[in-house]
Amino acid sequence: MSDTALSPTVSTLHTSPALPTSADPHRGRSSARDTGNSSLAAFADRWLPRLVLSPTIIVSLVFVYGFIGLTGYLSLTESALLPRFEFAGFVQYETLFELDRWWTAAANLGLFGIPFIAICLALGLFLAILLDQRIRLEGALRAIYLYPMALSFIVTGAAWKWILNPGLGLEKTMRDWGFENFSFDWLVDSDMAIYTVVIAGVWQSSGFVMALFLSGLRGIDDSIIKAAMVDGASLPTIYLRIVIPALRPVFLSVLLVLSHIAIKSFDLVMALTAGGPGTSSDVPAVFMYQFSFTRGQLGLGAASAMMMLATVLAVIVPLMYLETKGARHAR
Amino acid sequence: MHADTYANGAPNLSVGRLFIYLLLGLVALYYLAPLYVMLSTSVKTLDEIRAGNLLSLPQAPTLAAWSKAWSGACTSVQCEGLAPYFWNSMKMTLPAMLLSTLIGSLNGYVLAHWRFRGADIVFTALMVGCFIPFQVVILPMARLLGAAELANTATGLVIVHTIYGLAFTTLFFRNYYVTVPEELVKAARIDGAGFFTIYRRIIFPLSLPIFMVCFIWQFTQIWNDFLFGVVFGGSDAQPVTVALNNLVNTSTGVVEYNVNMAAAIIAALPTLVIYLIAGKYFVRGLTAGAVKG
Repeated sequence: MSDTALSPTVSTLHTSPALPTSADPHRGRSSARDTGNSSLAAFADRWLPRLVLSPTIIVSLVFVYGFIGLTGYLSLTESALLPRFEFAGFVQYETLFELDRWWTAAANLGLFGIPFIAICLALGLFLAILLDQRIRLEGALRAIYLYPMALSFIVTGAAWKWILNPGLGLEKTMRDWGFENFSFDWLVDSDMAIYTVVIAGVWQSSGFVMALFLSGLRGIDDSIIKAAMVDGASLPTIYLRIVIPALRPVFLSVLLVLSHIAIKSFDLVMALTAGGPGTSSDVPAVFMYQFSFTRGQLGLGAASAMMMLATVLAVIVPLMYLETKGARHAR
Repeated sequence: MHADTYANGAPNLSVGRLFIYLLLGLVALYYLAPLYVMLSTSVKTLDEIRAGNLLSLPQAPTLAAWSKAWSGACTSVQCEGLAPYFWNSMKMTLPAMLLSTLIGSLNGYVLAHWRFRGADIVFTALMVGCFIPFQVVILPMARLLGAAELANTATGLVIVHTIYGLAFTTLFFRNYYVTVPEELVKAARIDGAGFFTIYRRIIFPLSLPIFMVCFIWQFTQIWNDFLFGVVFGGSDAQPVTVALNNLVNTSTGVVEYNVNMAAAIIAALPTLVIYLIAGKYFVRGLTAGAVKG
């Protein structure tokens, strides 16, 4: 949720309470008409909006909040292949925290997420700044940088699985080009497999980060930059001291999006490494899927899902807090 | 375009600018390379793939791998290619896209112009749906769909995608509709126009751009989804992403890289085509829905 999208909404929220009075049937032209009819219309106008919105509210209460509650409860039972409903306390969490496989998955979230976010940020910002230098063909270049975002992570995973294929992929290409000893077998190396996910993830998502930064750059007030140039500031100084600090809200949105992608990443890992070799590139989302649906350990699956939710909240709540705080300062 | 202020007059092709162009060009190659590799691999024979390398040009392009990927490749026990799953995806994506967008449009209209007490809280509460990792709802959902005998059906998937798409479509439309001047709606109400009349006569005709954004966003999201597809699709309603994953990750027999790549392009084609035709709206959706990523 970018700041630019939010701020107009927030201001409109506070100007609308005057609205209902204009629907008053005794005012305006409608009073000239049949009173019975217009009070019916007023009644409809009063209740139709709520009626229209209510299915969504109910659906959200049941399928979002209710289901989170159910998953939470399930994680506190001894459910295995079939759900059981007797409360059992935190046994599932105790089991989860004793599983090496869970800690591998949790650690991999960091090993994947941190470089993924850092590289996407750096590459995205760098490309946005380059593209902001009055580049010919900017539209075409932007389209090229962004198209991977239209693909499914499964497609991306399939493509990179082939490109990184030890033997026939990149390794063979480099050897054909004369680098006889070039070797690249991260896909089958249990210490490095998780980083292939970083490679493919960056390829898919960095163009998107570029687009967000570019629109942020375009929103910066020209006059400040002009003034700095009149004062004799060099281009790098202008970027470091004025432009990049002004992009703070964009940084927050980008962090929000990227950390969200990282925590939820499931498809890319499934297609690229399927968590392997062994369980070396497992991530929480894959762990959750496998324990819930192939190993029939519902309680553990639910507990790991709750841990994922907790992680999302732990990352997103502070970021959103910073974002709204920044917006308030701006106003 | 504030970059205009950096240089006075036309940009001259200095060494620095040439370097920028060179860099941008190299990066473009990096993004394009996988697409080239996929395409060229898909028209090679297996022998040619083993003899050459990723970047070598196809010597005698053949569409054999494409036809096998479409109608003969084994994705699991079945060997019918990707075609049935491609249509499964269509059957799931189009209705879910339409439904979630239409409902989102009405929701956005209410939240932007027919505010009632507590509307703020309702909106915030709905938006939580944009942030949750779906893992946290799939276990109860699987059970419910099973009980309703909707597991492994396209209908089940349409329902799931509609429900979990609503938060986004509502957000899109609301943020768009708040930019429609309040006075327009007020004036229409004074003239005696009701809730649906105002929607039909004023709001809906202004909505074409946001409908485009929302359709494209929802189509891309739902088409590309894997989690719901693999959990709720079973074998009967399995979407193309799941079939592609099964194809690429089968460990039996000779791996046919050309077929895999053709299949990957087939699965990517609908969203790629939309991106090429309506990229503008796609990018707008991405920036507006930056929450989801």
